[in-house]
Amino acid sequence: MALNYTKKTVDHFLHPHNIGEIKKPDGYAQIGNMVCGDQLDFFLKVEKGKIKDVKFLSFGCASNIATASLMTEKVKGMTIEAAKKYKWEKIVSDLGGLPHQKIHCSVMAVQGLKKAIADYEKRLESAKPARPVKKAASAKKTVVIKKKKTTKK
Amino acid sequence: MKVYLDNAATTRLDPRVFAKMKPYFSEKYGNASSIHSLGQAAFLDLQMAKEKVAKLLGGEAESVVFTSSATEANNLIIKGVAQANQAKGNKILVSSIEHPCVRESANELARAGFTVEFIPVNSEGLVTPEALEKLIDQETILVSVMTVNNEIGTVQDIAALAKVAHKYGAYFHTDAVQAIPYLKIDIKKMGIDLLSLSAHKFYGPKGVGVAYIAKGIKVKPLIVGGGQESGLRAGTYNLPGIMGLMFALELAYKERVGYLKQVKTLQTYLWQKIKKEISGVKLNGSATKRVPANLNVMFGSIEGEAILMDLSYKDICVSTGSACSATDLRASSVLKAIGLDKNNLNSNIRFSLGRFNTKKEIDYTVKCLKDTVKRLRSFSPIK
Repeated sequence: MALNYTKKTVDHFLHPHNIGEIKKPDGYAQIGNMVCGDQLDFFLKVEKGKIKDVKFLSFGCASNIATASLMTEKVKGMTIEAAKKYKWEKIVSDLGGLPHQKIHCSVMAVQGLKKAIADYEKRLESAKPARPVKKAASAKKTVVIKKKKTTKK
Repeated sequence: MKVYLDNAATTRLDPRVFAKMKPYFSEKYGNASSIHSLGQAAFLDLQMAKEKVAKLLGGEAESVVFTSSATEANNLIIKGVAQANQAKGNKILVSSIEHPCVRESANELARAGFTVEFIPVNSEGLVTPEALEKLIDQETILVSVMTVNNEIGTVQDIAALAKVAHKYGAYFHTDAVQAIPYLKIDIKKMGIDLLSLSAHKFYGPKGVGVAYIAKGIKVKPLIVGGGQESGLRAGTYNLPGIMGLMFALELAYKERVGYLKQVKTLQTYLWQKIKKEISGVKLNGSATKRVPANLNVMFGSIEGEAILMDLSYKDICVSTGSACSATDLRASSVLKAIGLDKNNLNSNIRFSLGRFNTKKEIDYTVKCLKDTVKRLRSFSPIK
């Protein structure tokens, strides 16, 4: 079927950014769409509460690749807390729109990112298994504080 | 280089057919239902078209009903025959790899209270007479199995299936849209009662099809009005289209031998080259019971729509049955029916060859395809 992707979407599909894997990622997630069968794998490297690096792999259509490419470009360097609030609508508008039946690709990309962040946070907690629960909670707080600092900048 | 390898979707109108159609727009524009000279001239041409079409298909002229498309023909036949023959029974059988226009017509009948069952196919996409025997009974009004599948090109044993249908007193319909000119259709010899065709699949114009309805079969019309086509399909006769269909069908069978050779050579060349240049590819459908125009290839680990779009930006037109290419996001029901698993369902490209393709185009296609597959596989999470 004919799909009129925007020039920007086509660019991201033909020359995707942040393609590949990160060895020993701080966060990792695989997300699949039960309906269309697409799959995305996200890898995160986090430093001082910020996404230092993000990469992805895709088994998906042109818009699956393009949405993941654009999103990773946008969230790279973002604080974890800001990235958690990243919305799929932003991908659609940044690409200059997506064909109606392709909107779900952007939703899936954002879900994948959030799943990878959740994995990062889970690892952060379980990385200190010997420590009491209280301290683990404080470690979490540190992240929040750091985020606040960056947003003020 | 622009390469069109989607001839199963539609074909380019043959310029010779176009030339023959032109006078019917500008000079011979009469309404075939008018009784003055211009109208009667058109009527005579209409009759000639019916006779020629019938002769080429081994049927009778009065059974040829011209429609706007094969979709309309299939709707008319499936729904019209079921509705007009309820005295016989309540059951309709259609194969599980039919075109959506047959499937949806059958679904509509199911919603109206008919018993509709889908005949399974084997991994090659074949409906066996045994599979049909298992479902058919004396209540069956109609059996519909497409002659050649549009996605995987599988050729069915129509005569054998029609025989089973007739054993139970059911009518046999075949959607023969993808069969011209690959098969020699002989309606009477093959035991076909009802058949559908579309001109634009064999280098004719879009907007014209045939519903062949054998004498004596009751059909409830879809479109009523001025009584054209013996009351089976109202609406002014589309003479330019009808003449285009006739000329295209004539040419298709006149040049059949050379055409088949040309297309078969290209198909073999394309498949050999793909297998040589790209690892891990597989053919979907039957290797032998297949029309020479169709090559449906599974690439594995990469998604069909992405392959299609990547090729499209290199000016190569192909098709895919992947879910991502569909507006309803459902993968091809044909590929599901032949038993492909979840990942492989969405990793297919259909190449359909035709009269205007060249070896040079195939070389260019495989060169581009190799790059496309390499690029997409380089970042696939599925290894």
